Amino acid sequence: MSFEWPWQYNFPPFFTLQPNVDTRQKQLAAWCSLALSYCRHHKLYTLDIMEAQESPVFNHKNIDRKLSMEAILIVFEELRKKGNLEWLDKNKTRCLVMWRRPEEWGKLIYQWVSQNGMVNTVFTLYELINGDDTEREEFHGLEDWMLIRSLQALQMDGKAEVISMDDGKGVKFF
Amino acid sequence: MDRFTWSNGLLEMNETLVIQQRGVKLYDGEDKECCIAIPLSQIIYFEEQAAGIGKSAKIVVHLHASPANKEPGPYQQSKFSYFKLSFKEHGQIEFFRRLTEELSQKRWESTPMSQPIPTATNSQTGRTRAVGIVGIERKIEERRKETEKISQSKLMVKAKEMVELSRSIANKIKDKQGDITEDETIRFKSYLLSMGIANPVTRETHGSGTHYHLQLAKQLGDILLAPLELLSPEDLVNACKMFESLKQPLRLRIFDSGVMVVQLQSHSEEEMISSALDNVTDKGSLTAEEFAKLLGLSVLLSKERLLLAEKMGHLCRDDSVEGLRFYPNLFNSQA
Repeated sequence: MSFEWPWQYNFPPFFTLQPNVDTRQKQLAAWCSLALSYCRHHKLYTLDIMEAQESPVFNHKNIDRKLSMEAILIVFEELRKKGNLEWLDKNKTRCLVMWRRPEEWGKLIYQWVSQNGMVNTVFTLYELINGDDTEREEFHGLEDWMLIRSLQALQMDGKAEVISMDDGKGVKFF
Repeated sequence: MDRFTWSNGLLEMNETLVIQQRGVKLYDGEDKECCIAIPLSQIIYFEEQAAGIGKSAKIVVHLHASPANKEPGPYQQSKFSYFKLSFKEHGQIEFFRRLTEELSQKRWESTPMSQPIPTATNSQTGRTRAVGIVGIERKIEERRKETEKISQSKLMVKAKEMVELSRSIANKIKDKQGDITEDETIRFKSYLLSMGIANPVTRETHGSGTHYHLQLAKQLGDILLAPLELLSPEDLVNACKMFESLKQPLRLRIFDSGVMVVQLQSHSEEEMISSALDNVTDKGSLTAEEFAKLLGLSVLLSKERLLLAEKMGHLCRDDSVEGLRFYPNLFNSQA
């Protein structure tokens, strides 16, 4: 399924940081939404900011418009404030993109577990994200670091516990 | 600047040192050259020219015509009747103050004229003096003849320059384009001075400043549609500020950028903005230049309208290498 661009993507002013504060708020909200859905569609969990500037999201060659580095950083800061992004380095060159936040992933995983009557079972982490059973689930192929955070979120909620096993980590759901 | 005379820099009898300031450059009109001395009695009036970016503060000094008996100086002829002192290392405020004092006291009028130190020294004083006086008298006569010959053509040149300058200023006011530069204002005042109008701003002839502005404000209502008189920008602005109190159907509007505009009272902001939005929507998008052409307004004014509409949230901008273009604010109107 090809990615569907929002109407703003073809609107040249979308690529100019708007000076009017109210307009800018709406513009940034649209950018956050676009960035996240693009990452979700392509299952991107990390971004390199230099690469991002040249990616189709921020560089729309058809209308000859691209978002400035300054504006990209502002969009990323909005994402960070909402909990959807985390910088991997101080220089802000690479970041984790959480188009779904750990809490949201945890919820999805727990839903699948309880819907399949597998509460009180122990899973290895590998099983959860790479097993045949979960192939049709959204969390299939989730990156390790994200899975761990999601399980930690469930753990905080008392819905799971991460356990160390001989050959790695596992999780039990309650 | 042909009013200067050579001097050895020492004080004559009855002269006192008032003030000395380093770092002051002397410009002959617009030419930047160093000259030497000028008697204060030659000064009609002077004014400050504020410092700008890359420009030092200046004092502009307007002068009487050369007296026929003027000693030779660095320039025999100059097309300017004013010179500028450029203060590279400050000091203009004090200098201006002392100059003001001296020009109001006019000490030279109460002290005897000092005799210029004779440069030629001959053996017998008696004979030398006779020769000297005759020589001076002859020089005066020669110079007078010269001056008469020159003044006709000078007048023509001056008149032509003045007409050109007036036309340029009048056009600028009419097209509401750009600012009348300070230099142009000074040059214009200088021309009026040389025609014998002592204070070209004519404040004095119309009473106090406020009264003058009141009179002006009353007239401006009629004048604005007719060919314009030439006014200094400050007077125009001060008069415009009085529109409301004089119940004139005009208003002075000051935009965020500092641009000032005189507009009809009926020209409400709402109307301007909604019509700007209509135009932009109609064409899809507009630059300030395109909008100006559409409305028959100056680019400056049309840009201000577009910016205002943007500020109110009706328009948004597309800023790229292709230029600045305004679109309807779809961020607001579309889901």
